[in-house]
Amino acid sequence: MKQHLLFLTKQAVRMMLLLICVSIAAFFLVSLSPVDPLQANIGQAALGSMSQEQIAKLNEYWGVGQPAAERFLAWASDFFRGDMGLSLLYRRPVSEVIAVKFANSIWLLAIAWVISGAVGFCLGALAGMKQGTWVDKAIKGYSLVIASTPAFWLALVLLMVFAVWLKALPVGLSVPIGMEAAGVTFADRIRHAILPALTLSITGISNITLHTREKMIDIMESDYVLFARARGESGWSIFKNHGFRNVILPALTLQFASISEIFGGSVLVEEIFSYPGLGQAAVTAGIGSDVPLLLGITVISAAIVFGGNLIANMLYGIVDPRIRKGGAGL
Amino acid sequence: MRSMNGRQKTVLLFGMAVLFLALITAAGQVFAKEAMATDFTRKNLAPCGEYVFGTDWMGRDMFVRTLTGLSMSIRIGLLAAGVSALLALVLGIVSATMGRAVDSAVTWVIDLVMGIPHILLLILISYACGKGFRGVAIGVSLTHWTSLARLIRGEVLQLKEAPYIKVAKKLGLSSWQIAWKHMVPHLFPQFLVGLILLFPHAILHEASITFLGFGLSPEQPAIGVILSESMRYLAMGKWWLALFPGLLLVLTVMLFDVAGESLRKLLDPGSAHV
Amino acid sequence: MDEKKIILEIQNLSVSFQQYDKGFGRTDLDVIRDLNVTINEGEMVAVVGSSGSGKSLLAHAVLGILPYNSVLGGTILYDGEELTQKRKEELRGNEIVLVPQSVAFLDPLMKIGPQIRKGKNDSESKRKLDRIFEGYHLKQEVQELYPFELSGGMNRRVLVSTAMMGNPRLVIADEPTPGLHMKMVRRVMSHFRELADQGAGVLLITHDLEQALEVADRVAVFYAGTTVEDADVKDFAREETLRHPYSKALWRALPQNGFQFISGTQPYVKELPKGCPFGPRCEYFCEACEREIPYREVRGGKVRCISAE
Repeated sequence: MKQHLLFLTKQAVRMMLLLICVSIAAFFLVSLSPVDPLQANIGQAALGSMSQEQIAKLNEYWGVGQPAAERFLAWASDFFRGDMGLSLLYRRPVSEVIAVKFANSIWLLAIAWVISGAVGFCLGALAGMKQGTWVDKAIKGYSLVIASTPAFWLALVLLMVFAVWLKALPVGLSVPIGMEAAGVTFADRIRHAILPALTLSITGISNITLHTREKMIDIMESDYVLFARARGESGWSIFKNHGFRNVILPALTLQFASISEIFGGSVLVEEIFSYPGLGQAAVTAGIGSDVPLLLGITVISAAIVFGGNLIANMLYGIVDPRIRKGGAGL
Repeated sequence: MRSMNGRQKTVLLFGMAVLFLALITAAGQVFAKEAMATDFTRKNLAPCGEYVFGTDWMGRDMFVRTLTGLSMSIRIGLLAAGVSALLALVLGIVSATMGRAVDSAVTWVIDLVMGIPHILLLILISYACGKGFRGVAIGVSLTHWTSLARLIRGEVLQLKEAPYIKVAKKLGLSSWQIAWKHMVPHLFPQFLVGLILLFPHAILHEASITFLGFGLSPEQPAIGVILSESMRYLAMGKWWLALFPGLLLVLTVMLFDVAGESLRKLLDPGSAHV
Repeated sequence: MDEKKIILEIQNLSVSFQQYDKGFGRTDLDVIRDLNVTINEGEMVAVVGSSGSGKSLLAHAVLGILPYNSVLGGTILYDGEELTQKRKEELRGNEIVLVPQSVAFLDPLMKIGPQIRKGKNDSESKRKLDRIFEGYHLKQEVQELYPFELSGGMNRRVLVSTAMMGNPRLVIADEPTPGLHMKMVRRVMSHFRELADQGAGVLLITHDLEQALEVADRVAVFYAGTTVEDADVKDFAREETLRHPYSKALWRALPQNGFQFISGTQPYVKELPKGCPFGPRCEYFCEACEREIPYREVRGGKVRCISAE
């Protein structure tokens, strides 16, 4: 028990340090930018017609002209106290913007994460068990094609098929346009999340499928499966007794570690379906030079990714009896 | 014709993939001018015999535009994958051989780069570089080295413990001799395969980031730009603007995958069977 | 000696693999050629050959678990009938059982008890396993352990227990005592002897002639993929009663006979000489040895040598 606690603390401290480094790196990157936030958001023409006073005020608002280190310390100490600054585009506290967007995104991410994980695991396990058969070839082929397919193009194709041709699903936005937030039904939300979630699930499947398949093939070639077959076990019995047991842990680990990719995919998919989530906000913030929002989203998403990695690391310690009982490897 | 055995098929597959990619790259160069040429007498044509991919609202031939875009993607991919692979090689070896402090520093940087969702990191770097070509090239180059670096680090660590390396050390060979004679021949195939397998990611990320508006400028016929523009015409039923360029992009990425995987098969001594 | 029923008869077994050479060539690697062994009920037969000579493939061939890129030739008769792949699949784990080399052949993530029961949870299987464990003096708590928690002493008994879950008539033990000291070896071997005495046929695959001579009834000597001699254990008492020059060389290499080794090594499957594989190392080598060598009866045993008499 003591070992677990030590392990947990170590990992948590490491995660905090990494997060601090992420924020420093992100801040360093945005401060390098030659993009003039005033020109990007107000436009050359509008700036030309403004007085010096107005421009100075705007400069202050967008944080132009202060040294980077000073700005970082100010930003970081505020951030530490829970104040992520003011989103320049939304004109609301960053924490508020992120909270709203995150609430929208989490649905999408969770559904895609679960579906891609479950389907990918089943397909990968099936392919690995039936290595070399047409089932395996079909699943492997599908995964390889999908792995080469950009999420945004798949989104466009699905949009064409379901929204434009079949007119079965809405083109975009998480709620119908012009509707009061209170008037949005649960069914509406679901209808608008189907295509983005489908896109993310389809693209997420290939990675976990290929990984599970490889692991399953390794397991099928292991000495213990050879012996199980020598003892008359076959097919389902081998999967139930040995395959599942040995493949579930690496698969879960991978799935927790791949939150980063699903999040990355969501940036593209949300942009295409105009789904008002964290990903779309990141793009808007990047294009519109909304530095506080961009930084906030970076840190939050990195925290989610590290959280996933942390869970992945801990899974081995909790589930694998060799580590759980032996205390080795911690 | 006698049926070919597995290895002959692999060589053929590799050759065809490389040839096809070279053709796309060359064709894109040749047609670079035509890709920009507008002709309002032929706008919004659906795919037909003369314009196999159709034309857009400015009467530009989508086929040559797609080829030019892909050619550009491949060339950016070449640059980015090259830089990334080199970074991976250097950092992987340095991490494995220069002691614990360096090792943990490199591992730390790897964790850091992997911690920020890839697209978000690309947006940040692109923003830092003021968007445009420079931003994409630097962004894609700086973010793809991590897993290859890990692989090479592990490989070198394993090699260091290999009996024949230890014997070579005892025989008094200098570290450079050992590195050159025993490590490089072992690492090179891995590095080459890793390099080729970086392409698919590099190309996809370049296209994605350009699609989002952080990459190549809208005037260039980049594949991301083409697909981004096509979105506006989707609702009007101009399906060919998105379908064909995307398909060709998928094909290109897959060909790189095929090339990398078949090369891996050929270079792997363990594949003597089957 | 009264004739007992033949349980397993292997005639001219061959196992080959396809492999690529440099470039595009492809060759067949005959890892086993002309392997002949017969096992009677209640008899323990040892196949003795040096390490890495492909002996394990014999076990895999009988059980039908060869890798997919291998080709099986020759005939295997079980109970007088041809042992087809379908029959192998029906019989393995029940009538034909394998005892593997080590606990590495057990699933590391499955507890011992359920693993031996193949996941079955009915009370009959549970009772049967309890009885088997009692018989081997294994505590019932061992069933709750994972393979990595077993102690060295428990390992072997657990592995033998796996065989007892069925109703074995043929037990194949593949190098069951690697790296054990002599006392342990005797204990493990006594388990197999017991099984044979109860009427099962036991096929012991080993590289250790000394061990084999202690427990087995007959020894088949395996050289470069071929059985060169099949002799009663008694024949190993003196050099003169043996038939093949390689068996004699093995005999001379035994500690009690002076540890004399002959020069040279077993040829690699790719570089086999024509005719007798032992030819290049044999003192009686003559031209006729490069032709096909028949497997014939000499003085009650069998030998694949033209000059044996």
